[in-house]
Amino acid sequence: MKMTMTRRAVMAAAATVIALSGAGHAGGHQVLDQLHFVIPGGAGGGWDGTARGTGEALTGAGLVGSASYENMSGGGGGKAIAYMIENAESLDNTLMVNSTPIVIRSLTGVFPQSFRDLTLVAGTIGDYAALVVPADSSVADMAGLLDAYRAQGPDFAVGGGSVPGGMDHLVAAMVMQAAGEDPIAVNYIPYDAGGEAMAGLLSGEIDALSTGFSEAIALAEQGEVRILGVTAPERVPAYDAAPTFMEQGIDTTFVNWRGFFAAPGTSDEKVAQYIAALEAMYDTEAWEVVRARNGWVNIWNPGDDFRAFLEAQETEIGDLMRTLGFL
Amino acid sequence: MLEGIMIGLTAAFSLQNLLMVVAGCLIGTFIGMLPGLGPMSIIAIMIPVAITLGDPTAALILLAGVYYGAIFGGSTSSILLNAPGVAGTVATSFDGYPMARKGQAGKALTIAAVASFAGGTIGAILLMIFAPALSSVALLFHSAEYFALMVVGLSAIAAFAGTGQVAKALMMTILGLILATVGEGALFNMPRFTLGMMDLQSGISFITLAMAMFALPEALMLVLNPARGSNADGSSSNKITNLRFSREEAKAMAPVIGRQSVQGFFIGVLPGAGATIASFLGYAVERNIAKGEEQAEFGKGSVKGLAAPESANNAACTGSFVPLLTLGIPGSGTTAILLGALIALNVTPGPRLMTDTPEVFWAVIISMFIGNLVLLILNLPLIPYIAKVLAIPRNYLIPFILFFTLMGAYIGQNNATELLMLVGLGVMATILRFADYPLAPLLIGFILGTMLEDNFARSMQLYRGLDFIIERPMTLGLLVLALVLVLLPSFRARRARKRAEGVADGD
Repeated sequence: MKMTMTRRAVMAAAATVIALSGAGHAGGHQVLDQLHFVIPGGAGGGWDGTARGTGEALTGAGLVGSASYENMSGGGGGKAIAYMIENAESLDNTLMVNSTPIVIRSLTGVFPQSFRDLTLVAGTIGDYAALVVPADSSVADMAGLLDAYRAQGPDFAVGGGSVPGGMDHLVAAMVMQAAGEDPIAVNYIPYDAGGEAMAGLLSGEIDALSTGFSEAIALAEQGEVRILGVTAPERVPAYDAAPTFMEQGIDTTFVNWRGFFAAPGTSDEKVAQYIAALEAMYDTEAWEVVRARNGWVNIWNPGDDFRAFLEAQETEIGDLMRTLGFL
Repeated sequence: MLEGIMIGLTAAFSLQNLLMVVAGCLIGTFIGMLPGLGPMSIIAIMIPVAITLGDPTAALILLAGVYYGAIFGGSTSSILLNAPGVAGTVATSFDGYPMARKGQAGKALTIAAVASFAGGTIGAILLMIFAPALSSVALLFHSAEYFALMVVGLSAIAAFAGTGQVAKALMMTILGLILATVGEGALFNMPRFTLGMMDLQSGISFITLAMAMFALPEALMLVLNPARGSNADGSSSNKITNLRFSREEAKAMAPVIGRQSVQGFFIGVLPGAGATIASFLGYAVERNIAKGEEQAEFGKGSVKGLAAPESANNAACTGSFVPLLTLGIPGSGTTAILLGALIALNVTPGPRLMTDTPEVFWAVIISMFIGNLVLLILNLPLIPYIAKVLAIPRNYLIPFILFFTLMGAYIGQNNATELLMLVGLGVMATILRFADYPLAPLLIGFILGTMLEDNFARSMQLYRGLDFIIERPMTLGLLVLALVLVLLPSFRARRARKRAEGVADGD
């Protein structure tokens, strides 16, 4: 029993510390009394960090009175979606966090629902994708990569931290297709996680790696990898040494967004409140602390813009997956 | 290096940082003792606290303390309750639990504490001296070698193939490999064998399976056969709390601890291997090196069989800091979370860490020494009290085990279906135990199965066939080693039998 007490005490201490650190920045006008976050994955993952970071900033800035969190993993996120739909009537003040995989997984039929079955609130942050090679590689830019690829054919291996048909593979295929190559011919090597894939790149097992831009920056700054291209429309201030694909004549952009959804049938008034709280959050110091700590990029996409963005992404990814034979 | 050590010493020996080590170790040990709460979830809980400290050195020291403490605490539930909470301490239960059942719980916990201390300390020395040079070792292995290493790991099941059990152990291993294929893997974008059930999509979780194979049958057996639980062989609680091991045992363990600390460290350095593989390999290697009677002791409460995985998994945890600090590559879920915390504190691990922020690098290493020492000093006096758990009367102990088993399975996923799966698998495991099937091989197969398949498939795709076995000498070497490890015991047994027959003939 002593052990559980310790744990509870620790968590209470953590909560107090967070509350205290936030108190300094308070003063914003409170929009919601309380907010509950449903997280479709386990503790410590990307969704978990997004929900808890957002909650921390919202309460710290005084926009929301208190925030609570619920991890609900299962079915690649499908379980949480089903929960939001089935319990729609009782889910006041509840937001579910999600990201690009909700689009991919509803296309492949991992779960029967799609973002259309939920109330869209807003996309709040994002990360671009990047293609990288080891710093000592002879490949200097995308033109060099394409030359090497044409010379080596299937011996040229491109790795990533997702399953075939998952995000890292789709980004690699998207870039190769935009560069005029056959996306099916790319020899994509899947790894279990980004870290493993990075080890595969540095050990020389694969020739290039498709990964998240923020992950790539950390290793590029240490002089371990070279970023050949980033899927942003323009160079990203956080690391402007990395060229975009666009400026190298490869017409492709991609954002791995993260955002929030409410239960179906949520009133317009309530959605407006959610959006107001999240929008006001961007200007607070509390958010800046959380954002900088996690290296997130602010990409604000509320309401109808969010719908248009998701529909466009669904069409683009769907077309590519059909080309690749995954649908 | 001396200069670095001095920087580290001054940083680590500030009052604040010493407090951090002690606090981290304590929190880690206590939470780690609960079956089902591994270092990963504990560190995830502690990260907000660490970050608000603001000082990267203090934060890292706190988190590292929690990490060692959790691994250390994890072996306690393996030894006392046969309920390993992390994959890295599964091998600890192979000999630790039989020892506890023989009434030597105090001794088993002491051996675990000493072996962990030695593994952690030797690992830290190796890390201090070789870290920069080892970054290239971390990148030595390709998927092909990882595949071969997993095969070597699988050969650990030979240790369970006691007389007449070979076929049963093999069957259980294959069952474990089959269970590992359930869910969405890293290689296919479609879930396999989920029977259309959403809850099976992410596969069977390790905690649930480990609890179902070990802890739950243990509780059920106690209910079904009350005599079994009567204070382990009727020995007095005096003996349970006795910490001492004999001089002969110390002499037998010393080389094991030495070898496994070094071997475990190097396996830990490989980003795709880690503490679990290190503990299985350590166990398998030591069992095969051991001779005659000592070998027969393995699995029945051998001090060597307990010391080997305990020193190996602690050394491997230290080793996993090599790719993290020198390359910025996390080798495990836990180090991935640590990496996130480091970046949040504006420290980017990588080749430049040692030149840009040497105080962080050295403070972490020095704190490893302090942490290991603190753990030993904190825990030795506590062991008699911890071991007393076993003196609790059965009708209180069984609900206690059941409660923590169910809680452990639930907390990992926050998913009530895990409880149903736990009970279902647990009943299956109990039936298998009645039929005298060894369950450890099933868990080994399950743990290694995913990595075995992923690395094999990746190698096949990279070489477009099986050529990697011939083209990569290290892969071939490891596969041959696995073959030797499997065949050697039966070869030895046959020779011993022949010799015995020869003597009989000569009579």
